[in-house]
Amino acid sequence: MDFQLSEKEEAFRDEVRAFIDENLPEGAERTPKLLVDWTRKVREKRWVGFSWPTEVGGGGGSIMEQVILKDEMAKRKAPALGTCFMGLAWVGPSIIQYGTEEQKQKYVPDILDGKYQWCTGYSEPDSGSDLASLKCRCEREGDEYVVNGQKIWTSIAMWSKMIILLVRTETKVKAKHDGITCLLVEMDTPGIEVRPIKNMGGGSMFAEIFFDNVRVPVENRLGEEGEGWQVTISALASERSSIAEVHGLIRKIEDVKNLAQRTTRGGRVMSDDPGIRRRIAQAETKIEAMRLNGMRFLTKQLKGEPLGSETSINKLHRADLEIGLGELALEILGSSSSLMTGDEPVVDGGAWAKYSLGWPEVVIGGGTPNIQKNIIAERILGLPKD
Amino acid sequence: MNFGFTEEQELLRAELRKFLDQNAPMERVREIVETESGTDPSLWNRMAELGWVGLCMPEEHGGVGLDLETLMVVLEETGRSLFPSPLISTVIAAKAIERFATSEQQARWLPGLADGSKIGTFAFLERSDSLAADGVETFAKPDGDEFVLSGEKLFVTDVTAADLFVVAVRSGSDAESLSLVVVDRQAKGVSVETFDGMDLTKRVGRLRLEDVHVPADFVLGKPGAGWPAAQWLLDLGAALVTAEAVGAAEAALEITTSFAKERIQFDEQIGKFQGVKHPLAEIYVDVESFRSLVYYAIWALDQDAEDSALAVSRAKAYCADAFPAAGIMGVQLHGGVGYTWEYDIQLYLKRSKWVRPIFGDADYHYERIARLGDL
Repeated sequence: MDFQLSEKEEAFRDEVRAFIDENLPEGAERTPKLLVDWTRKVREKRWVGFSWPTEVGGGGGSIMEQVILKDEMAKRKAPALGTCFMGLAWVGPSIIQYGTEEQKQKYVPDILDGKYQWCTGYSEPDSGSDLASLKCRCEREGDEYVVNGQKIWTSIAMWSKMIILLVRTETKVKAKHDGITCLLVEMDTPGIEVRPIKNMGGGSMFAEIFFDNVRVPVENRLGEEGEGWQVTISALASERSSIAEVHGLIRKIEDVKNLAQRTTRGGRVMSDDPGIRRRIAQAETKIEAMRLNGMRFLTKQLKGEPLGSETSINKLHRADLEIGLGELALEILGSSSSLMTGDEPVVDGGAWAKYSLGWPEVVIGGGTPNIQKNIIAERILGLPKD
Repeated sequence: MNFGFTEEQELLRAELRKFLDQNAPMERVREIVETESGTDPSLWNRMAELGWVGLCMPEEHGGVGLDLETLMVVLEETGRSLFPSPLISTVIAAKAIERFATSEQQARWLPGLADGSKIGTFAFLERSDSLAADGVETFAKPDGDEFVLSGEKLFVTDVTAADLFVVAVRSGSDAESLSLVVVDRQAKGVSVETFDGMDLTKRVGRLRLEDVHVPADFVLGKPGAGWPAAQWLLDLGAALVTAEAVGAAEAALEITTSFAKERIQFDEQIGKFQGVKHPLAEIYVDVESFRSLVYYAIWALDQDAEDSALAVSRAKAYCADAFPAAGIMGVQLHGGVGYTWEYDIQLYLKRSKWVRPIFGDADYHYERIARLGDL
């Protein structure tokens, strides 16, 4: 085992640290101007899309450099590298891998520059965990596709200019993964209607989208007709280590510890309660296990081996922690724990109550815990599919 | 960056697995544990000859001079096959001598431990069942060039097999009066007794010291410097036991997974049902997670890293909860046959029960994590 960085990697880490010191001084207020400057400067550094090839405007960073960059940024709670979240996470990688030259030139620079948002039209009312059963209809008429159907749980649909959409172009197929096609669609195309959905926390981050004879030029197809499943799956697999999530969770557990230290009940500080102490220590241990699991996955990648289904381990831990930390905070808070707003006796303006309602976004999106367990059981343990 | 093993270490793993598969399949392990000593001296000697006993002991005293990280590979394998041997006990005793003893003392004891001719063990716990300094009451009274020891140590691993004991004793009332003393099994006033435990592959017992005279130079390092040393040894023990537990829990998962693929009920392999699949996936998640935690803990001990105590506590705490849960689920998923003496899964459940308290249970280590994390 060896946790040493090479000289080149160390130099890169120092460069990142120096950049952060200069552009994000400790304690500096995150003003809109600071954020705008930040976004421009990290783009100039080519740290937006850092893992993408340099030919398309990415940074061409090695796996280890990507990890260093993420790690240093997360440690200092730096603003995001780039603002087009889904574009950077999977739309861009899909286009780079499967797109035509025209598509690459048309979309990739805008994703890197954060000109507008992309949203993701995968799930449907009857196709959630069983995504491949999707039915959104798509028929070809000359140089156009005509889309009819519905998508749901589409995050930030109301603020997006583009959508990456999975539709069914063929219904008579042997395997349900076949006959799916991927389209890149402008959200202001006639026939598209977006209806925001209010979530249990009271906010609206996601929406349902209705498609009524929506006409999409054939040139907006990504990859071949009927091969949309491959196009999207390989991009989802480009998801890498969970470093940023681990740093987020570390900050959250620190906040929970701090909460326990400043909350008293019956004259006793909650951080002295043995049950609370044990649960905090358990959560910290699980977060550390996630960090170290991530290091083992990274080691595998560095050896040139592809990452398989083992990343589901950390998805399950993360689900447990996102739910568990909220629950722990509420138990620390006692009687005021379910209050949403206001001053004393409400603690932190109800932030913990809100946090405790936020987990479904990460726990359900991208595969529920039960689906992750199926993945491990079938693909790693080799148990029969049900 | 490499959070994994080298090619040489993987070769060692393959070699060990082959050796244990050939010489200590489960039928043989079941025979060995029925014998008086509970070990197989000829296999132990061969392992010593192959350098596996002295693997991480100093070369100048007959060891191979490798690190704990390499020993981790060995322990994963001995854990998989539940191989009954005093390896962990002997390594802890040897590390006590290597780290905390004078070079003269090292020359006196290490060669015998490294070549397997002597078996050592560490004796800390007493009736108080406390891993704190004040849990030690065994007294060392100075008497000329000697100390006279009296007291009783409990839950000492491989107590009847051991030739020498590294014993935590006190000669005053505070933590600064704790010392580590080497006691020879043959010394007058030493008696041992093995308890009847559920895990027949691991023996623990009682070490009685009744006015045992030991020469002053059997004290490791300076008298009174014993507490930090004992803490380090307890950490080492927790890490090594967890390392073995990784292999054992992994084997329990494999055994149960293959059973789930073979057993047919309702005209289906039971492994097809999510009620069987999901608990197996959960065990996998846990085993991989305490594997990562203990790999790091072992590395931290090798490096004397600042966070080694914290790293060890995390690994042992996670394991102390997860391994017994895996053992219970393994038996449960087997159904009726899991309850029988004949099937092997119960042996892993029993190992997990042995692992849980030794060198600190989850309660102990989670509380320590809280303290080390400024709570």
